[in-house]
Amino acid sequence: MLRQTPLNAVHRASGAKMVDFGGWDMPLSYGSQIEEHHAVRRDAGMFDVSHMLSVDLAGAGGRAFLRYALANNVDKLAAPGKALYSCLLSPAGGVLDDLITYFLREEAFRLVVNAATADKDVAWLTALNSERGEMISLKPRRDLAMIAVQGPKAREKLWQALPGSRAASDALKPFVATQFGDIFIARTGYTGEDGFEITLPQSEAMALWNALATVGVRPCGLGARDTLRLEAGMNLYGQDMTEADSPLESGLAWTVDLRSPRDFVGKSALASAPATRQLLGLLLLDKGGVLRGGQKVRSAHGDGQITSGTFSPTLAQSIALARLPGGVAPGDTVEVEIRAKPHTARVVKPPFVRNGKPLVS
Amino acid sequence: MEPPANLKYTESHEWVRTEADGKLAVGITDHAQEALGDLVFIELPQVGRTVQAGEAIGVVESVKAASDIYAPVAGDVVEVNSGVTETPEQVNADAYANWLYKLKPANPGDTGKLLDAAAYAKVVGDA
Repeated sequence: MLRQTPLNAVHRASGAKMVDFGGWDMPLSYGSQIEEHHAVRRDAGMFDVSHMLSVDLAGAGGRAFLRYALANNVDKLAAPGKALYSCLLSPAGGVLDDLITYFLREEAFRLVVNAATADKDVAWLTALNSERGEMISLKPRRDLAMIAVQGPKAREKLWQALPGSRAASDALKPFVATQFGDIFIARTGYTGEDGFEITLPQSEAMALWNALATVGVRPCGLGARDTLRLEAGMNLYGQDMTEADSPLESGLAWTVDLRSPRDFVGKSALASAPATRQLLGLLLLDKGGVLRGGQKVRSAHGDGQITSGTFSPTLAQSIALARLPGGVAPGDTVEVEIRAKPHTARVVKPPFVRNGKPLVS
Repeated sequence: MEPPANLKYTESHEWVRTEADGKLAVGITDHAQEALGDLVFIELPQVGRTVQAGEAIGVVESVKAASDIYAPVAGDVVEVNSGVTETPEQVNADAYANWLYKLKPANPGDTGKLLDAAAYAKVVGDA
């Protein structure tokens, strides 16, 4: 039996094509996923992301616990509301998950983790907490729903749909969140566009979704979410990195703080295993197919592999993220095997698209 | 959309129309385009290629998946529709109005072995 979000009935009533995503019954698209993609790049779209899990950390030891648990440095979070993207690493330095940490107030943090890894993450954090002498209390918040509103018009449309929210969220900088009554509004996202991710009680999710639809925010499924995040050069856990991959070989070195003196899970393993591969973007130069995860890449420095590939609706060209040998550099051309035939692709530095504008050509 | 009664079908979701000159126009069904989603790439066989019934001779690819297309009967490829390879989304808009390629069948009687609309509707219903 697949798990359902509080918006399941509204997706089905809208005629969404539903798929099993990490054990959850989620909308893939409501019609054309390419039109949904363009709606987010040009106007505003919304995604039900209630399958993701908020985990609240309480206690005086919260900061010290996260200093040890996260690869990024939680001390970058000085002001309440500020968010930090980080990997959760295994002792061997592999990526257990990627997550966002919000600093709510002293002694209170919120982690937002991926759906498919949520149970594993909670078990891991619980074990780590007990090993560290119960520094904190951990509370998974399955009582909360989450809606992402994304696009150049997203903020404005949320303010229209949710009376009073403008005053609370107008001044929010990117990667900062605030509490508005029982609604948590964060200026974050997974599309490369401006917008909010809104966490709220499950009982209020349907009303907000319908209010957003009424002001013209287009419902978008996981299909568009994937093409948008890939254009934005954002990794997908389970595809672009797994427990078998080092963050240093997954385009995530910027999130791993090896400079501070603090110790954290996976640090010594990373320090003794320098990166020999790197995650870079590919742009298919012919129209001979679509780049897909698993396809082999041949370069002058050795072979690599595509981790995620798709057709980019914004560029009208196929794009991918690929794990490539260390010597490969943006600007190089490589050969990708699609259905046993070689095709030429150019190596680029992601992102491909940000704020509606192509960054590569 | 109901499969039109004047066409024949394969279990692999191709439709086949016998033209006045005896050639067969072949496309993919509405069910196939719906299942694939937004099409972004179509690869068709070379004109002149001789194909066997059931042979994989091309590819339709959407944003999310790729699927082979199969020859419904044996014959020679005599024409391909470059319009659909340039703008694959036409097939999403109307799968039955946009043929992909035309075959000169090796044996015109072979189309008798294909599914009629009612039998295909059952295939899709069971799928």
